[in-house]
Amino acid sequence: MNAMVKNTGLFALVALLIVITGIMQSWNTALLILNMGLISAIMALGVNLQWGFAGLFNVGIMGFVALGGLATVLIAMPPTEGAWAAGGYGIVLGLLMGAATIVAAVMAWARLPKGRVRSLAVLAILIVGFFLYRAVFDPAVNAVEAINPASTGNIGGLGLPILMAWPVGGLLAAGVAWVIGKTALGLRSDYLAIATLGIAEIIIAVMKNEDWLARGVKNVIGLPRPVPLEVDLQRDPEFVERAASFGMDAVTASTIYVKLEYAALFAVVLIILLWMAQKALNSPWGRMMRAIRDNEVAAEAMGKDVTRRHLQVFILGSAICGIAGAMMTTLDGQLTPGTYQPLRFTFLVWVMVIVGGSGNNFGSVLGGFLIWFLWVQVEPIGLWLIGTLTSGMADGALKAHLMDSAAHMRLFTMGLILLLVLRFSPRGLIPEK
Amino acid sequence: MDLLNAFITLANFVIIPAIAYGSQLALGALGVTLIYGILRFSNFAHGDTMAFGTMVTILITWLFQAWGISLGVLPTALLALPFGIAGCAAFVLLTDRAVYRFYRTQKAKPVILVIVSMGVMFIMNGVVRFIIGPDDHNFSDGERFIISARTFRELTGLQEGLAIRTSTGITVITAVVVVALLFWFLNKTRTGKSMRAYSDNEDLALLSGINPERVVLVTWVIVAALATVAGTLYGLDKSFKAFTYFQLLLPIFASAIVGGLGSPVGAIAGGFVIAFSEVTITYAWKKVIVYVLPDGMGPDGLVQLLSTDYKFAVSFIILLVVLLFRPTGLFKGKSV
Amino acid sequence: MSNSNPYQDDRGNKDRSITNPGGQGTAEVRRKSGPVTAAPDTPFLIGESMTGGYGKGPDILHDCTIAVDRGEIAVIVGPNGAGKSTAMKAVFGMLDVRSGRVLLDGEDITTLTPQDRVIKGMGFVPQTHNIFTSMTVEENLEMGAFIRTDDFRDTMAQVYDLFPILKEKRRQPAGELSGGQRQQVAVGRALMTRPKVLMLDEPTAGVSPIVMDELFDRIIEVARTGIPILMVEQNARQALEIADKGYVLVQGRNAFTDTGKALMADPEVRRSFLGG
Repeated sequence: MNAMVKNTGLFALVALLIVITGIMQSWNTALLILNMGLISAIMALGVNLQWGFAGLFNVGIMGFVALGGLATVLIAMPPTEGAWAAGGYGIVLGLLMGAATIVAAVMAWARLPKGRVRSLAVLAILIVGFFLYRAVFDPAVNAVEAINPASTGNIGGLGLPILMAWPVGGLLAAGVAWVIGKTALGLRSDYLAIATLGIAEIIIAVMKNEDWLARGVKNVIGLPRPVPLEVDLQRDPEFVERAASFGMDAVTASTIYVKLEYAALFAVVLIILLWMAQKALNSPWGRMMRAIRDNEVAAEAMGKDVTRRHLQVFILGSAICGIAGAMMTTLDGQLTPGTYQPLRFTFLVWVMVIVGGSGNNFGSVLGGFLIWFLWVQVEPIGLWLIGTLTSGMADGALKAHLMDSAAHMRLFTMGLILLLVLRFSPRGLIPEK
Repeated sequence: MDLLNAFITLANFVIIPAIAYGSQLALGALGVTLIYGILRFSNFAHGDTMAFGTMVTILITWLFQAWGISLGVLPTALLALPFGIAGCAAFVLLTDRAVYRFYRTQKAKPVILVIVSMGVMFIMNGVVRFIIGPDDHNFSDGERFIISARTFRELTGLQEGLAIRTSTGITVITAVVVVALLFWFLNKTRTGKSMRAYSDNEDLALLSGINPERVVLVTWVIVAALATVAGTLYGLDKSFKAFTYFQLLLPIFASAIVGGLGSPVGAIAGGFVIAFSEVTITYAWKKVIVYVLPDGMGPDGLVQLLSTDYKFAVSFIILLVVLLFRPTGLFKGKSV
Repeated sequence: MSNSNPYQDDRGNKDRSITNPGGQGTAEVRRKSGPVTAAPDTPFLIGESMTGGYGKGPDILHDCTIAVDRGEIAVIVGPNGAGKSTAMKAVFGMLDVRSGRVLLDGEDITTLTPQDRVIKGMGFVPQTHNIFTSMTVEENLEMGAFIRTDDFRDTMAQVYDLFPILKEKRRQPAGELSGGQRQQVAVGRALMTRPKVLMLDEPTAGVSPIVMDELFDRIIEVARTGIPILMVEQNARQALEIADKGYVLVQGRNAFTDTGKALMADPEVRRSFLGG
């Protein structure tokens, strides 16, 4: 079978699955899968850039996705009245002082002669800096958080269009990726995996606890939307009329219409990123990345700065995850830091990349759609399966337990799929050329 | 100024909890470091292996409790622990046969095994949640305290109390026994030495007539035992929740790396370094400082360096500092 | 990359926080050994007209014969890339011998795995990675005796007699020793099985001339204990001096075979391989 035909067939299969969902369940469910599938595909594309092109092992995808989500709040929410005057500048000043402390400590370490004096000096800088930072930062934070804590209590955003948050989310993720990459890739041998694992948890901890930033676990709801609200559409007589001509009631039509608009927006982003990733893969830069991956020693001997290239690709991949994170929060319409969990946002994306085919952009996109579809649908299928299997059983504690537990089949299935693909098709469904 | 009360407060809120937590981390990190040394990859499924072993222990504990079997003042879980270890070992060996062994015959690169372990992690996570559910379970029974804060105050007449919980005592004693056994096994027995030889140089071990499959089998059994003991002790001390165990992966990895991956002594040291830093940095020092400083000079704030929610950040920063200055960890592991 | 084993493609990842590259094996864990048949009235150890190469690769050896008899030191010399080490590995069963056979002590062992050849009495010291660096000298020796179930203290005492420096350093990690001492540990480890024949792959590679002389002395001493030695050597002149039998290989074929002295005297061998 021709590879082209096979790949088209695989994409057609996923499309068919989504269409079947539309017919069997509802078009709203189908479109929701499509929308999240588009976002998942983008995340997978980002991770594929890192793992597929460069062999970088990023297990902190969750953190970059969350940063994208944070960007939506900082860009699109209206500024909180009086927050900047109350403490916003104090917070910025505090953070700057914190950063200055670290810079000063690093400089002292680099400049002073080796010895006890240096150690003591660095320690002193860090301790004094820390208390100064807390002295400026804490009251400012308290002031901001005191402003109407039930609905705001944070510094709010810039009130800009939410679509701007997407690139900004990417930039935010890129910035953090630069810091991580600079430290974790710069040592004699890299330790990116543990670094990303740790940073992701820290990012989530910051987002949960720093209420002044995005209200922490109190969540930010009611983010502005790039598409019309369903209720507005339902009030629009023209829309109701057009829906009726399709034979749909206004409520269903409006929800579907909104989801289609999201799908269109996401599809545009995916296509642009996919096009860029393909271009990059086949450019001299992409060829060099793969040359480094396949034979680092030779590439280094040819004068390629491997660390620099790795840093570049790590930042790019993380930025793409940040964009996807911003898109996801936009789709949700709210930022809920408590929902970021590594299994869902880090390891599931890995399953997508491996199943789709590491090193192949189309593979990642396929993996994103397919795995997301399964992630959503395994639960009802599992429930149905357990229901069928236990239909002969007498009602009782065991049956109830099994029915309750069916939901957890999803994790099991994801693991099984990953293992089966790794075992029998280790290059993934659409292998690298 | 009251140094004695200050010390008792410190011991009660920092030293004792940190020793217990450190022992649990050390046992967890030992498992990770053994897999890293012998099977040559970092096992992402380790947190879930701990959860699985603990789950079996809990189920057996419930069974014993239903039968009315107990250990008196000690928690019944101790009696169930051997069954937990056996169950966990059986499951882990099954995983090895069904999953990992194929990759060994293929001479797969370690990073492929890391990805494989992600798949195993999903499956174990699913299995644990399927059987026992995602909720919190408290399975500690028996006497709660060896010395309660009130008894201590009555005994000593001091203002501050020092509570030693039974789970803390059991944790420390079990950890010491397990670690001693492990080191004796690795350094003194033929099988233990063959494991170290295999870790050091697989080809030469093969030439010496060491059977790799046997080494791998023994390793998995030991890892299952360590994971179950660590998980059960953690669960007795705090409580059991599948997701918490999954999250322990970060401090456990951090401990193993800080100590030097592949080095058992390092894993223990790393566990305590991480535990002590987490507890000291997230502890509100006000009470201790009030005792130490002359009257009226006590601080206004809580003097808490970081909020408890940032304990992961602490593990991570310690990790970073150690790696920047000693890339091989505290006890020269296999160069990180 | 597309042809290679996908499970061995690590995409250039060298993340030490998740993978441990040290000590990973390269030797294939081979399928089961075949049968052993009797082959009386043959030299003590002989690789007879061996032709073969690694895996599915091209033939490296062509009709190559290497033999050593009781009480002898046999040396394989030749230019770089002549297949010296390959010939020894073929005798030890580490590559596919497509035609020819290997006989040891009156038995045909061609189909045995290297591990089973060790049990049959072959002691093999690889050129590199031939000690357990993280283990003490004594533990290295114990691991050498791993297949023995009897008391091996005598053998260890004998090894310490042969290499007194090892006794002195028996509690030290072998990785901390000097190059020459490490080679002694490696030879000692191989001797612990009480092998019928000892095979050394370039034991003097990378050591200084003084240490090299000492190592050669030790090897002669080992031979005097009655163990036949088959050895690959880069330093052809010194090696042939102590050799009872010499094999000069060129491009995987036997070029010259004679006693060490005769080869040293052969003008053609001198001109081509010994630098005049």
